[in-house]
Amino acid sequence: MIGAGHAGLAISSVLTEHSIDHAVVERGEVANSWRHERWDSLHLLTPNWQSRLPGHPYTGADPDGFMSMPELIGHIAAFAAAAAAPVRTHTNLTALRRIDGGYHLATDRGELRCRCVVIASGAANVPRVPQLRQAVPERIVSVTPFDYGNPGRLPEGGVLVIGASATGVQLADEIRRSGRSVILAVGEHVRLPRNYRGRDVLWWMEHSGVWSQRYDEIDELERARGLPSPQLVGTPEHATLDLNVLRAAGVEIVGRVAAIRDGAALFSGGLRNQFALADLKMQRLLATFDEWARTAALDVGHAAEPFEPTQAPAAPRLSLDLRSGEVRSIVWATGFRPDYRWLEVPVLDRKGELRHDGGVITAAPGMYAIGLPVLRRRKSTFIIGAEDDARDLVDHLVRYLAGTPPSA
Amino acid sequence: MAQSVNNGVNIDALLAAREALKNAPDAAKFTWRASCKWQNGTHATSTVQGFHGLGDEQRHKTQFSFETDHPEIFASEDHGATPVELVLVGLASCLTAGVATVAQNRGIQLRSVEAKLEGKMNLYGILGIDGDVRNGYDDIKVTFHIDADASKKDIEALVAQSQKRSAVYDIVTNPCNVTVEVV
Repeated sequence: MIGAGHAGLAISSVLTEHSIDHAVVERGEVANSWRHERWDSLHLLTPNWQSRLPGHPYTGADPDGFMSMPELIGHIAAFAAAAAAPVRTHTNLTALRRIDGGYHLATDRGELRCRCVVIASGAANVPRVPQLRQAVPERIVSVTPFDYGNPGRLPEGGVLVIGASATGVQLADEIRRSGRSVILAVGEHVRLPRNYRGRDVLWWMEHSGVWSQRYDEIDELERARGLPSPQLVGTPEHATLDLNVLRAAGVEIVGRVAAIRDGAALFSGGLRNQFALADLKMQRLLATFDEWARTAALDVGHAAEPFEPTQAPAAPRLSLDLRSGEVRSIVWATGFRPDYRWLEVPVLDRKGELRHDGGVITAAPGMYAIGLPVLRRRKSTFIIGAEDDARDLVDHLVRYLAGTPPSA
Repeated sequence: MAQSVNNGVNIDALLAAREALKNAPDAAKFTWRASCKWQNGTHATSTVQGFHGLGDEQRHKTQFSFETDHPEIFASEDHGATPVELVLVGLASCLTAGVATVAQNRGIQLRSVEAKLEGKMNLYGILGIDGDVRNGYDDIKVTFHIDADASKKDIEALVAQSQKRSAVYDIVTNPCNVTVEVV
């Protein structure tokens, strides 16, 4: 096992159920990314009752609440302790190589040999910042979600937030609330209301079966795997945080950054189409929920509610002079990527992503991955998604060890 | 000096119009129009005739028509240029008209002006293979061959000024808000 986050620990607990000897190599501590690579105010966007791990449900007093990072770290650490996970903390993996009969791991605390290896090092190890960052004038401070922390750490003045995933909308909202002027550059995004027909939208995702849709049932899998995270935030008020809410709060919405040239950011003029696409997809998803509720004869108790289309500014601005002083900092909420620098087995594609079939790395028998977007199901990267994926992959691994490898 | 050269551009009329429009800002607001009718497959026919400007409806002398399609290697019937080639046509003709106008204004006699254009595009974008690849051109190269009564430096300045005042160059190099509706 590489990585003692929730996904790696889920695999470890299922391996223990099968009495399979294993070790979990962890560069830092259990739940390391959640400890060190998130901003101060972050809460999970999934409700507590969805923070279920194998044999380890949420048992606290607030099932509908949203965990802060310290709460989540406590939850994962308690899971690791209860499962007696054999974690080797503060062990940096330097190389993973294929050898006769299995794999060889070189670490700064010695070597390991194993027949199987599961990569659970996460999908978000490094901020993904586009090339055009090189053209940002020097006086502008650039930060990523890894080093953002809180609004007080940004320089005084206006802020350009680039990207409208969950991260982008949450940071734009928080920075605006701190009293700064905020411009949010919006490309392709996933709009969701926090609640629909009286229930959390993620209750609908889970119970309607949408979240359990398998990777091999999805038409455009590459696209699904590349989608930005949904525009959700976990707050005590269960508030919706879409672009209409942000606009009402005084955030200026502009199109995606197409280029930075001569010190000016140029924004796409295709903003209205981004809104139309996100609105259409949200309506289609909500209609899927309605259809499921109708077929299941579910007594929802709330009628289907309409949602306002995303309101486009009359004339969204197309450029911003980054030398004018209007904006002093840029927050790059442009996504993350995994870091596989230690991986010396040729299983990456031309873009540096792992080639796998539902987490089974077919080019390297005995090698698996977990915790990547839509790995085996739509819910794969969420906490609640770890158990089903872990059980499927361990099932495959057990049969591989027994010499009867199944298909993916 | 401007009178001694003739590039076929009525520069006096243009300069007079510029003076007149300085005091009539509404007359300077133009709306250009095009219509497009689907034929079959990827073949469509576009026409232009009417436009709005100088405070009134205007018309070309005749209606102009353009066939667009895709070549046979795209499993199309090749009834016309591709839309992206028409973008190159628009850029080339705008810059060329600009070269002639600026040359007239600067008293430079042109003997021939030819432009070759190349637009580079990775089909991974429009085919949806790689989300990091854009749909449109990622690089456009325009190469002018100009024979004129002027030094190479003056000709380069001519081409630079033509880009500075070109509508299509601006459209291609800078964003524009686009609204698409279904009625």
